[in-house]
Amino acid sequence: MDLTQLKTNTKQACTVLNRSAMTRLLVSKLTHGEAVIGGIGNNNFDLWASGQREHNFYMLGSMGLTSAIALGVAIAQPARRTYALEGDGSLLMQLGSLGTVAASGAENLVIVVWDNGIYQITGSQPTLTGQAVDLVGAARACGIEKSVWATSEDEFSRLIDLTRQEAGPWFIGVRVDGDKPAGVTERDPSKIRQRFMQALAS
Amino acid sequence: MQQEEPTRNWWDIVVEVLKRHEVKLVAYVPDNVLAPLIKTLHADPYFTVYCPAREEEAVGIVTGAYMAGLRGIVLMQTSGFATLPNVLASLVRPYQIPLLMMISERGTMGDHQLGQVMVCRTMVPILNSMGIETHRMTSLQDLDFMVDGMIHQAFATQEAAALLLSPLLTKKR
Repeated sequence: MDLTQLKTNTKQACTVLNRSAMTRLLVSKLTHGEAVIGGIGNNNFDLWASGQREHNFYMLGSMGLTSAIALGVAIAQPARRTYALEGDGSLLMQLGSLGTVAASGAENLVIVVWDNGIYQITGSQPTLTGQAVDLVGAARACGIEKSVWATSEDEFSRLIDLTRQEAGPWFIGVRVDGDKPAGVTERDPSKIRQRFMQALAS
Repeated sequence: MQQEEPTRNWWDIVVEVLKRHEVKLVAYVPDNVLAPLIKTLHADPYFTVYCPAREEEAVGIVTGAYMAGLRGIVLMQTSGFATLPNVLASLVRPYQIPLLMMISERGTMGDHQLGQVMVCRTMVPILNSMGIETHRMTSLQDLDFMVDGMIHQAFATQEAAALLLSPLLTKKR
């Protein structure tokens, strides 16, 4: 895959994909104990529904901090790839974190943003990405050079393969629909933390 | 004639105690009172130091690192703390994260900035309302004992800790 070519992808050219299906696709490729941080709401619901890997962390509050938590994991364990699954509404709350990620130069960090242009869980009110904001453009302007829109399922699949071979930090934008998540996360924070910590300690 | 021991700075003591507890990651948002500590930490290769855009991010980074086996601390000033109640109540407390926060206490004992003054009065009540162990560091003599004990207790009990640096200690405000 030619990254230079991929960087010319536009948001307008993106096929609208399904978050649950793309989450399952992503997770199916993570065979080396990669850590995954599922952001607040539907992002971690779909991560939960995709199979409850022990290397998953489900963020039940702290909206906007998915990338920060993932960066902390990536800093602590440079040999392990870490994926942050974030929503557009969440990321809009913490755009500065893109600059932090860029400055960190964390090569093992991949941020995936599911952009449906709505605050789906609160009644589908529009977010700023539906009107003006291009999050991949913002990520690149913040200094994350490998920031790319995935314009199709096939391209998303190949991009994830690429993130497992090439150094990051990566930022992958995926336009998704407003379908309901495939499940609901069991809300037991201490269990979530302990399971995640045990998985990362081995 | 008895020779007096050379006086150590508060930040040297903090650095020593952090090392004692293998707290290697530091995430901070700048502050003038904390400046000498921040400078010392940057200069010491033992520490990995990050300066994110916002205090919430610093909490997120240190939380993620803790879960992955690396101990850290967040440094901020009083007004920075005021941005944290949501992350403390929805991440740090429910997930039982032993988050260490070192906060310079601004807005008291002679601060001319009204904004800091009002924010300062909210800090300890917020910490208390969340049941977070909170102590003011006021003297050089007690500093090692207090920082050492609070860090030990935080990790031993899976509880957050707020270490407030009083102007009585730092002689700045």
